[in-house]
Amino acid sequence: MATGHAMETNPAPAADAPDGDDMLLRVENLVKYFPIKGTGWFREKEQVHAVDGVSLSVPRGQTFGVVGETGCGKSTLARCIARLHDVTSGRIVFDGQDITQLSQRRMRPLRREIQMIFQDPIGSLNPRRRVGSIIGDPYAIHGLAAGAERKRLVQELMERVGLNPEHFNRFPAEFSGGQRQRIGVARALAFRPKLIICDEPVSALDVSIQAQVINLLADLQADFGLTYIFIAHDLSVVRHVSNSIAVMYLGKVTEIAPADTLFTLPRHPYSGALLSAVPIPNPDQSDQRQQIILAGDVPSPIAPPSGCRFHPRCPKAAPVCVSEDPPLEPRLGDGPEHVAACHLPMAEGENLADFSPSISAEERVVEVEGSLLPDDAAPDATAIADALPARGEGGKP
Amino acid sequence: MTLLEVEDLKVSFNTPDGVVQAVRGVSYHIEAGQTLGIVGESGSGKSVSTQTIMGLTKGAQISGRALFEGQDLLTASPEQMRAIRGAKIGMVFQDPLSSLHPYYTVGWQIIEMIRLHDEISKDQAVKRAVELLRLVGIPQPDRRVNDYPHQFSGGMRQRAMIAMAMALNPALLIADEPTTALDVTVQAQVLRVIRRMQEVFGTAVILITHDLGVIADVADEVLVMYGGKVMERADRRTLFFASHHPYTEGLLQSMPAYGGERGRLHPIAGQPPSLLAPPPGCPFAPRCVYVMDRCRQEEPPLDPAGEEPGHLSACWLPHITADREAIRRRVAHVELAKSAGPAGA
Repeated sequence: MATGHAMETNPAPAADAPDGDDMLLRVENLVKYFPIKGTGWFREKEQVHAVDGVSLSVPRGQTFGVVGETGCGKSTLARCIARLHDVTSGRIVFDGQDITQLSQRRMRPLRREIQMIFQDPIGSLNPRRRVGSIIGDPYAIHGLAAGAERKRLVQELMERVGLNPEHFNRFPAEFSGGQRQRIGVARALAFRPKLIICDEPVSALDVSIQAQVINLLADLQADFGLTYIFIAHDLSVVRHVSNSIAVMYLGKVTEIAPADTLFTLPRHPYSGALLSAVPIPNPDQSDQRQQIILAGDVPSPIAPPSGCRFHPRCPKAAPVCVSEDPPLEPRLGDGPEHVAACHLPMAEGENLADFSPSISAEERVVEVEGSLLPDDAAPDATAIADALPARGEGGKP
Repeated sequence: MTLLEVEDLKVSFNTPDGVVQAVRGVSYHIEAGQTLGIVGESGSGKSVSTQTIMGLTKGAQISGRALFEGQDLLTASPEQMRAIRGAKIGMVFQDPLSSLHPYYTVGWQIIEMIRLHDEISKDQAVKRAVELLRLVGIPQPDRRVNDYPHQFSGGMRQRAMIAMAMALNPALLIADEPTTALDVTVQAQVLRVIRRMQEVFGTAVILITHDLGVIADVADEVLVMYGGKVMERADRRTLFFASHHPYTEGLLQSMPAYGGERGRLHPIAGQPPSLLAPPPGCPFAPRCVYVMDRCRQEEPPLDPAGEEPGHLSACWLPHITADREAIRRRVAHVELAKSAGPAGA
């Protein structure tokens, strides 16, 4: 986890040698489609385009954040990297080795090096097993330690993540949410993995507990030189922990940038809109900033829009956005560490609210009309008065 | 004008493990047209306190008073409550999917609600439902009114819930974590809809949330709850810039700063108290860095604090800001020395 210091000592991701050994993980053009059951004989097979051509590199010892909204494919991406899903096409290179097509058996030793922490600390722990045996599972599965030796290792782990080792024999239900997430962390840590994929690790926790777990993850990273892929929808948390961040939208990466750069100078209009929607816990900043409220909803991943997938909702959309899928590359003179997939990237100080799309209405969100309350056009008060009773009137006796 | 006045509300539930004291003496009031934010962590009693007012906590032991337009909601008969619920106080819950009936169209559910309270024709009710859906930004409302809940996206369902809650033009809207299940861009849409409805109708809103960012965005006044009690009440700016209670301070420090330094976070140590056997004295005492002997024995009253009128805090620390700051600095100094020891090694 990156504190200010870590940022200074670690080189910027992908800055000098993108193909060198400083990348622990490289994902190339990864595609994952899920087939949907056809409902008729002659019906064309439909597929959910969950991850559709994602390429990214994760430098060693750093935290790589992935943000995006529900259904953008961030969790599917994580599961593909951990080989919990078979990929449709593309390549996953972990520590110099192509793991895309490895058999379950040959994948097994690598599972020690890639671990996952899940969102729901209740759902990911078997309620009928004791915590000691849950955390000891990795040792049992890989046949590495047994009996008293396993117990000693487990208790060491428990102590390391801030659990009382004497609670070895308790059940998950006897722990609070934050402690349960620590159990998940301990289990992931058993083999000193190289990569831990954290899928919404703190989303289910209260703020004060969330901070405890984030600090724990930061300490462990410093102690064991871990690399994290940190997936979350809470952008302020992701910014806090990440060195660089990838933004996903509808199965594609729209932008990758160093954490602070993404927040100060987003290039992709989707990043801009996403960041402007994050509630700021500071009344002054909250009052001053101008929110970009996107029209409509995310389109269906079964038949994603042509060209840039964001074009139906983008304030800057132009005809080129409909016809051509923009490549993910540096824009407007950015360095190689900041890439965006946009034909019309945002310049510094640009305000998205000043733009309106130059494409026809049919190519925009199908239901754009009325899907958003425009700021200036207040609802017709007389129409409301016609439709609604005055307060206190009406009502059956 | 005070719209709702809650006095010393206590709610407890009998469970197999014992009596859970979910709400332990909560008092607050809300003015007409105002937005009151209630913030707190899981188990702070923020939802139970408002659900009780609405008569939705069956089987609970309830004491206290909740005066709404001069009528005590806690002693109202079921018939009286039915006339108030929905018509005078609207509610929006966290999960719009389980709040909407999957078997009926969205329009039907809104119309049923309208016709239950108002004697109007079905055509008029349909017209009103369409108008309401248009108001909350549902596209093509005359067509979508016949859709089932599963045909709506999460954000649209929540907007439909708001339309339903506003259908009878209530004086008060209680929104219990209305955006927690939604993505940030959808959350921004929904919060804007609530704000817009409030501007149009002059509705008072009680917004329950765990997200201080949402509070900073929309609340006029904020109530901070912990362990079934009110810890602090302040206007939005005072809460964020001159809070008095150590719990509020801890909450604010736990959050990653937006655009600020990216150093270590400062979590509140320990766990929230068990409501089966809450500690005597201040519920926050076991986790508080400023704790004194008195805090563990005597419960601090919710008294005026700081310089702002209306700022209340339940804490034994000095109520004068300067004195309080002196203690804060001294404790911070000690904490720093304590943490520097092992970390420096």
